[in-house]
Amino acid sequence: VLHTTRPLHTTQQSLAPVPPLPEKGGEVRHGLIPEEFFQFLYPKTGVTGPYMLGTGLLLYLLSKEIYVVNHETAAAACILTVIVYAIKKFGPEVAAFADKLNEEKMASALAMKNDTIQTLQTAIEEEKKEQWRAEGRSYLFDAKRNNIAMLLEANYRERLLTVYNEVKKRLDYQVALQNLKRQKEQDHMIQWVEKNVVQSITPQQQKESIAKCILDLKALSKSAHATV
Amino acid sequence: GPLSERPLMEVRLGELHTWISTCSFSAQGLLGAAQRAWSSYCAKYIHVKQGGPAGISMLLAGYCLLSYGWNYQHFSKASYFRNS
Repeated sequence: VLHTTRPLHTTQQSLAPVPPLPEKGGEVRHGLIPEEFFQFLYPKTGVTGPYMLGTGLLLYLLSKEIYVVNHETAAAACILTVIVYAIKKFGPEVAAFADKLNEEKMASALAMKNDTIQTLQTAIEEEKKEQWRAEGRSYLFDAKRNNIAMLLEANYRERLLTVYNEVKKRLDYQVALQNLKRQKEQDHMIQWVEKNVVQSITPQQQKESIAKCILDLKALSKSAHATV
Repeated sequence: GPLSERPLMEVRLGELHTWISTCSFSAQGLLGAAQRAWSSYCAKYIHVKQGGPAGISMLLAGYCLLSYGWNYQHFSKASYFRNS
């Protein structure tokens, strides 16, 4: 249920970036007692104050049997010894291991951040290049206009050529027709003239011409005999 | 600042009386106080980059003391099989 009367996002605070963790925790002495306790007692009792307090308290508890010494005391003593020994011996190694884990996490996060930044950077470059490319669109349009003009021109010339060819074909046809007609008339006339001439040569004229030819041949042969 | 908003560590011994009278003892107030105490303990000793054994060891010591206090009746009775 959303309470619409409640105002949302009234403050400026945001959850990111998260402030980093402090480097070291609060100071603790002997692993159990915070340093503030020692500082609290320092002005009145000096350095040994808290230790005297601890010893006195311990003796009081033991003597009054407020702290009973039984088998669990021995067990606690052994366990504590082992724990303290383990911490003293393996502490630094565990700390180094934990630090290494932390380092790896940080490194991977940093790498991711750097990668993202790099990708965004390249994206910015690409965008700028695209903007530069978009500026050249006037050249593109000019080239296209030239192309179209050339296409139109070529088409026009093709059609002109077609027209020319067609007209030439028609005119050639007419010329050929006239030539043919004249040729035919010429042939026909020649044939007619020959036919009439042959017809006009009568048989008697033929005999006369043949006798003349023979006389001529004789004369020629005589002259030929004479020269030889 | 004013007395009621100061945390317990900054209250002087003479003003403890009045400070206790200002804090709310309702369930919500107590719960809030417990929440604040726990979160401040965590922020100081546990959520740090290089914490040591101190963070958990104090909690364990407190647990030991508490359980000793709860079982004191059992400890103080003489055990049946004790020889002496």
